[in-house]
Amino acid sequence: MPKVTYTSHAGDTRTLDGAAGESVMQTAVRNGVPGITGECGGVLSCATCHVFVDETDLDRCPPMNELEDEMLDGAAQDREPNSRLSCQLVLSDDLDDLHVTTPEFQD
Amino acid sequence: MAGTLIIGASQAGVQLASSLRELGYTDPVTLVGAEEHPPYQRPPLSKALLLGDATPESLLFRAPGFYPDQGIDLVTGERVVTVEKAADGSGIATSASGRRFPFDRLALTVGARARRLPVPGNDLAGVHYLRDSGEALRLREQLQQASDVLVVGGGFIGLEVAASARTLGRSVTVVLADDRLMNRAVQPPISDFFAEAHRRRGVDVHFGVALSRFVDDGAGRVGRVELADGRTFQADLVVVGIGAAPRTELAEQLGLAVDDGVVVDEHGVASDGTTVAAGDCVSCPSPVPGPFGRMRFESVSTAVEQAKVAAATLAGVPVPYRAAPWFWSDQFDLKLQAAGLSAVADRYVVRGDPAAEKFSVLYYRDGLLVATECVNSPADLMAVRTALAKGRTVPSELAGDTSVPLKKLMQDVAVGAA
Repeated sequence: MPKVTYTSHAGDTRTLDGAAGESVMQTAVRNGVPGITGECGGVLSCATCHVFVDETDLDRCPPMNELEDEMLDGAAQDREPNSRLSCQLVLSDDLDDLHVTTPEFQD
Repeated sequence: MAGTLIIGASQAGVQLASSLRELGYTDPVTLVGAEEHPPYQRPPLSKALLLGDATPESLLFRAPGFYPDQGIDLVTGERVVTVEKAADGSGIATSASGRRFPFDRLALTVGARARRLPVPGNDLAGVHYLRDSGEALRLREQLQQASDVLVVGGGFIGLEVAASARTLGRSVTVVLADDRLMNRAVQPPISDFFAEAHRRRGVDVHFGVALSRFVDDGAGRVGRVELADGRTFQADLVVVGIGAAPRTELAEQLGLAVDDGVVVDEHGVASDGTTVAAGDCVSCPSPVPGPFGRMRFESVSTAVEQAKVAAATLAGVPVPYRAAPWFWSDQFDLKLQAAGLSAVADRYVVRGDPAAEKFSVLYYRDGLLVATECVNSPADLMAVRTALAKGRTVPSELAGDTSVPLKKLMQDVAVGAA
């Protein structure tokens, strides 16, 4: 099962087993990881699943579409070059062992 | 110690239970729902689920282990039918199967039910409503064989179903009583845009229609629909989406004030002073300043915010409900996002190009920004949500300039009003 490691802005770390086909957002919300809200359920409407992807994992992530790019501009915490909306990061055999850090605020 | 009983395993119910634990509430929490499944997201039922991009399992809010981990006793498949309560707020709820749920405090997150269309033939096979996942799965199955789909109603559910059915290649007609689409939620510029956008994608839209009856095809299924003006439409699948009515039966049993929803104050507290309520079943004071009466919302964001407010009340750390409502609707490749209360606006500014299907409408009252409705323009939506939360505005004479990001045009209200 693909793994995701979530680190909070305070430095707390939690590693979860996800399922291929499920997103980094879903995996977090379903298991009660604080710091990821995912209010719209993953349809690029709310920008409350903002994460900072570990620099070494960035290249393995799928490219960002225009809607995600625009939503990130309005995220509660200012975006960084490694910002993504975690609903768009769908786990797979290739996208495994991903490390993300959650921002201090999502809304 | 019986703790808190939350009736309604809904978006609001799950949020209320989760928020109680986040706030450090240590008493027992029981979340009871009538449906057999664990709680799930409803918005995708009219979109991703119909299109085959989601399954009931993929829509579950939480992993099965979440509830026991959080000390939340989730009970599914039990419809609470009676509630008795003492003056101190404690009492006992009883389900249809006779199971009893004692409580110290009660929370109602029971949602709303689809309004039924009272015309002859509305019980024929092939006439569908859409509120829960069972209904959505049956609709998905029938959409595979249908050829002529008729949607009654021009609200979000009707239009999302129309878009899904059209995407699946069906012939789709939308009929509605009103003279514009989504008239309770958005203003005419957006209604008019969506009517044309649906027509461009092959959906036949008819306004001002009164239905007189559904006609049997001879085999017990709907075959066509007759209108009051004598017109008929072929339809082997009908979806009725004419709004939802709040579930208020339990509140009425308890003698709570009800006015198109359970009447609550800004802390989510009902008229008995102890019961809390949140979500589609609630009639609340306006969460934003303005000339508003009580209101009832049907959106994820209000369910979530009201549930957080109700949880804070129960946890003894009350906060008032103050968040500007927002919502979204996905129809074809069109993402509609809206924030604030546009109904009270006295003017509007269009930003962007409706012909390119990428634009926003910004609504003003007394010169201040009060709301936006955006099509494929999420940056504008996010900028206005932030502005409304932080008391900022955009001078209306600058708002249409798409060469500058909206967020860079924001000013504090004191400056903007000067």
